[in-house]
Parts: sequence; structure tokens; C-alpha cells
Amino acid sequence: MLLTIDWLFILEKCILIAVILSISLVVAMYETWAERKVAAVIQDRRGPNRAGPFGILQPVADGLKLFMKEEIIPNLSSPFLFVVGPGLAMLTAMMTSAVVPWSSFFDIKGHIVPLQVADINIGVLYVFAVVSMGVYGMMIGGWASNNKFSLLAAVRGASQIISYELAMGLSIISLLFITGSLSLKTIVEQQQDHIINFVYQPLGFFIFLVCAFAECNRTPFDLSEAESELNFGYHQEYSSMKLGFYLFAEYVNMFISSAVMATLFFGGYDIPFVNDHQFGLAHGQNLLAILQGFSLLIKIVIFIFFFMWVRWTIPRFRYDQLMKLGWKILIPLALINMLVTGFLVLFKSNGWHF
Amino acid sequence: MSPTQILFWSLSVLALFSAIMMVASKNPIHSVLWLIAVFFSISGHYILLNAQFLAIVNLIVYAGAIMVLFLFVIMLMNLNADTEPQKNKWLKIAGVIAGGALLLVFVAALKNADLKNQIAQVNGGNIGLISNLGLSLFHDYVIPFEISSILFLSAMVGAVVIGKRE
Repeated sequence: MLLTIDWLFILEKCILIAVILSISLVVAMYETWAERKVAAVIQDRRGPNRAGPFGILQPVADGLKLFMKEEIIPNLSSPFLFVVGPGLAMLTAMMTSAVVPWSSFFDIKGHIVPLQVADINIGVLYVFAVVSMGVYGMMIGGWASNNKFSLLAAVRGASQIISYELAMGLSIISLLFITGSLSLKTIVEQQQDHIINFVYQPLGFFIFLVCAFAECNRTPFDLSEAESELNFGYHQEYSSMKLGFYLFAEYVNMFISSAVMATLFFGGYDIPFVNDHQFGLAHGQNLLAILQGFSLLIKIVIFIFFFMWVRWTIPRFRYDQLMKLGWKILIPLALINMLVTGFLVLFKSNGWHF
Repeated sequence: MSPTQILFWSLSVLALFSAIMMVASKNPIHSVLWLIAVFFSISGHYILLNAQFLAIVNLIVYAGAIMVLFLFVIMLMNLNADTEPQKNKWLKIAGVIAGGALLLVFVAALKNADLKNQIAQVNGGNIGLISNLGLSLFHDYVIPFEISSILFLSAMVGAVVIGKRE
């Protein structure tokens, strides 16, 4: 035999990847609808209500419209990179979903199917690597447009993402002091046995949340799309579904970063106030796995609502304020948090005496 | 061929092709993008050697931070293929000779090396895992590690000082 590959394993993983990607796309689709509904509620309007009951067919109509529009590629741009840009943005938005544990595992006649694509022992670092790749979609797209406004917006966005990545990494280090593991699965299992990490790391969570807003380019940090200063931002020259990909990648990013936050700080797929292990023994592992998936989804939806609530409440920062917040407030706060956590963990391991 | 070997060969071909394209492409932005492709394929090699931490840190530091800064500078300087100053012909020839001499040195140095019996631990070995790496860094090599971090700190201070002087 030429290739010794476990085909069942590959099939299982392919199905899992397909299901996760389609769920994240569907969720992202309905996020666009939810965003408009939330905006409408906050601004005392009705929001989309024509296509289908409560306007739930609106995302389909929007998608169709984007597909039907004419594709325009500017003459002086570099055509290959112009097309690659939105694809990269979408790719990096989706890649993080590989390490998030979506639920515990299915037990199909003794064959255990874990509901996580890859349980690597550097899961958290993988998330950071993918986040730092997120810059490229924006920068390549902005540069390939051959437009000064797009380039400026891309440079702005990229420097914002790099600056907030630092504070994000530092806030995670203090969490890792407590968990002692970088595998997201292990982090969730520890929270199932004890309390959620948010109790230990409220400040770390807050810093992570602010940085997640900045990484997703959401208001109050959406300076790379500030239409009043930069026409339309880095995707000004884009039309049709290529524009759709950029806008859609933002919503996928929001979904995935909510999933990461729920996993790291709020117990992931753990069902709150229920002893999961005993529930699984009483009602079967498969039912438990489905309920755990729903539990994670509910936590994610709460985070997504928070993202939208903030967007329609807080105005945009000025660029110097953004940089000051990142470098002069968040990074020192994260460092202090790290030092205090480090001291406490050390004292605890010494049995609380000096 | 096992899947590992297939991955090894395709990654090697990708790395070499991207490296050549990085040198050969006229547009500096394309060069930077090819260099990023090189980093990705090298990270793939690290993963094949089960050095996951090294692979990810290579991506975060080089592909994620340093190359972004490269892109920044080149994009803002607006270097294009036609505005790039053409180098002197003699300079090009000198470069080729220097590169060829380096290749010769490598070949001479590696000719007698015992490569046949030194098979890399592919898909096995746990030296590169993060816990083992952390233990050896903070147990056996604490002092060199701390000295290198002081070096980084002084470099950072130097950068701030240079940046502040108007």
C-alpha cells in the first residue's frame, strides 16, 4: 500500500470541519441581521421587516444583491493581490475555529468522536498566530487597490491590530499562570472541575475583551473603516462579493473571538450549574454533547449581543486616543495584572508563607 | 512514501521555490509576500519535527510582526518596479561571485559531514514541546536566557531614545 492513512479519521475530521465552517457562516449571516435589529431597538426603530417574518430572510437578500453586483477591478491595481486580499481576510477569520473545543465528544457505538478539530498543546498560541495573520488580508487589499485612502486605512488598521495584540498577549499570560496549560480543551476541563476563570482574572478578561474589539475592527475601534475621514476605509475600491467577503470576515471574526472568550474565561462548553459528568452518565453522552454545544452557543450569542450593544452606544475614538489607550493604559494594566497573578500563584504553591 | 515524507517534500519544494521567487521578483511587495511564504513552509518543517512551539513562535514573531513592519515601510515608501534604482552591472556580477563562494564553502563544509546516519526525529521526539522547552530554558539555561532578555530590553530602550530625539 502506497499511503498508510486512517481514512475514517480523515472523513470524521472533514465532516467536523464542514459542519463548523457552515455553522460559523450561518451565524455570521444572521449576525448581520441581528446587528440591524439591535441597532433598530437601540435607536427606537423597527429595523429590517420586509423579507420574511421579522425580516429573517434579509441576509439572504443582501447576499444575493452582493453576488449580482458588477465586479470592478481597478486598472492600476495588481489584480492577483486584489483578489487574494478578501480571501485572506476570510481564511484567517475561519482558521481559529480549528482549536476551539465546541463540545466534549460523541460516543458512536464505542467510537469516540471529539468535537474539536485539533487539540494541539499550544492552542492559545495558535490563536495568537492566526490573529496576527489577520493583518495581511487588510494590508494586501488596501495596497493592491492602488488608492491612497485605502493604503492609509490599511496601515492604520494594521498598526492598531499590532498594538492591541501586545496587550492581548500579556493579559493571556496571567491566565496561563493559573491554568498551567495552553491547550484550550484542558482549560475548559479545569473550569468544569473548579470555578470559571473569570473569577480569578476579571481584569485580564476586561483587557482581553477590549483588545478583541480592536482586533475585530469593531466600534469604538473601527478606525480603518472611518468613512468620514477615509471615504470608506481599506475596502473602498472593492465591489460585489469581494466587498462582501471583507464585511463578512468581520462578522466571522466576531463569532470566533466570542467563542475564544467564552472558552478561556467562561467555561467554554461547560453547562453552568450542572455537573456535566453525572448528567452524561444519567442521560447518555450524546445528549450531553449536544447540550454542551448549545451551552457554548448561548454564551457566544451573549458576547455577540454585547459587541453590538457597544457598537451602537459608544462613539469612535480618535486615532491618538486609540494609541494612548493601547500603549499607555492597557499594556501597563496587563503587566501589573501579570505581576500580581504571578506573586499570588507563587505564594499559593509555597503554601502561603514567605 | 508515508504522508510525512510527502509533506516534507512538498514543503521543501515550496520553501525553495518561494525563496527563489523572493530574490527574483521585481516588485518589493511581492518579495515580502514570498518571504512570508518561506516562513510558513519553514514552520511546516518545524511541525513535522514535532517542534510545535518553535513553529508557532516563528509565525507570530517573523510572519506576524516583523514582516508586517517590512510591508509597512515598503508600502509607505511606495517603491515600485519601475522606480527602483537599477544596480550597477559590476555590482551584480560581484554579488553572484560572492554568493557562489558562499555555496562553495557550504558544500566543502558539509561534504564530509555524517548526514546519512543522522536521521531527524520526524513526527516523534518531545524536545520541542512547550513544557520541555520551558523546563530546559528555566532550569539549565536560566542565565543565558535572562542575559538575552536584558539585551532585548536595552535594544527597546535604545529604540525609544532614537525615536524620541526630534
